[in-house]
Amino acid sequence: MNLIYDPWPWFIAGPLIALTMFVLLYVGKQFGMSSNLRTICSIGGAAKYSDFFKFDWRAQRWNLVVVVGAVIGGFIASQFMSDNTVKINPEVAQQLSTDYGIESAGEAYLPPELFAAEHLSNPFVLAVLILGGFMVGFGARYAGGCTSGHAISGLSNLQLPSLIAVIGFFIGGLVMIHLIFPLIFS
Amino acid sequence: MKYLSYLTIGIFFGIIMYKSEAASWFRIYEMFQFGSFHMYGIIGSALVLGVIGIQIIKKYKIKAIGSSEMNLHPKKKGITSYLIGGIIFGLGWALAGACPGPMYVLAGAGYFSILVVIASAVLGTFVYGVIKDKLPH
Repeated sequence: MNLIYDPWPWFIAGPLIALTMFVLLYVGKQFGMSSNLRTICSIGGAAKYSDFFKFDWRAQRWNLVVVVGAVIGGFIASQFMSDNTVKINPEVAQQLSTDYGIESAGEAYLPPELFAAEHLSNPFVLAVLILGGFMVGFGARYAGGCTSGHAISGLSNLQLPSLIAVIGFFIGGLVMIHLIFPLIFS
Repeated sequence: MKYLSYLTIGIFFGIIMYKSEAASWFRIYEMFQFGSFHMYGIIGSALVLGVIGIQIIKKYKIKAIGSSEMNLHPKKKGITSYLIGGIIFGLGWALAGACPGPMYVLAGAGYFSILVVIASAVLGTFVYGVIKDKLPH
């Protein structure tokens, strides 16, 4: 196995995510990615419209620096450490192809059917990206956190509210994939 | 100097997200189809180590750098906002195939369409802030 070039298995990635959380705790911060979206709103002047955005965003600059790092990390990994394909369960790949015409599983990192820039002019694709992003931002703030803040940080700290949020994440995800996808993609 | 360490943590995190394929739409779809143990293994193993580590931190009262308290605040009690917000988040997570961390990673990987997702996530956050007092919490 080539550790640099091959995809990392779960038993390497999971512990490294835990390490990320502990390093952030050790430097006096916490692991949570969606709060950056609120910070960006505040920087953009959203405090004029809601007190929710009136806070000292300068104290959150460290987290924006983490975001800049994540962008650089994505660049490094995709350019130098990956062939940018993702091999999933062949049955799932087959189902994606037969039912939804998404035939790029195993050949791409993201399905070009949804993420190729030239498809941005397709109203359906654009609606998927906009609605998906909107619900992620709205839902994360409503729930007070996302996968990092609740599923990793909150659950690690045995927080019941985080368990409720994560159960919500999965209800929403399962409803989307099993009930809504068949309606919108076929 | 401090900012350099945050930048390093971010780069490290970005590489993990990309290399573990947790930032791939396909992996999220496969997870919700219960097609592989991969994503459950990532979250589960992070969680097992996280729970053990935080218990150790609490038991031995380990301090953060500069002997300040670690940022381990309990979450505010409640059900409604966590459940409804969580469901809305999950719908978006499965549709866009990306949660907030991987979004930034994918932008760095050159998937420019993800900028539409990020801008929409900022808009969603903004709309939440504007109407939050009218929502059940």
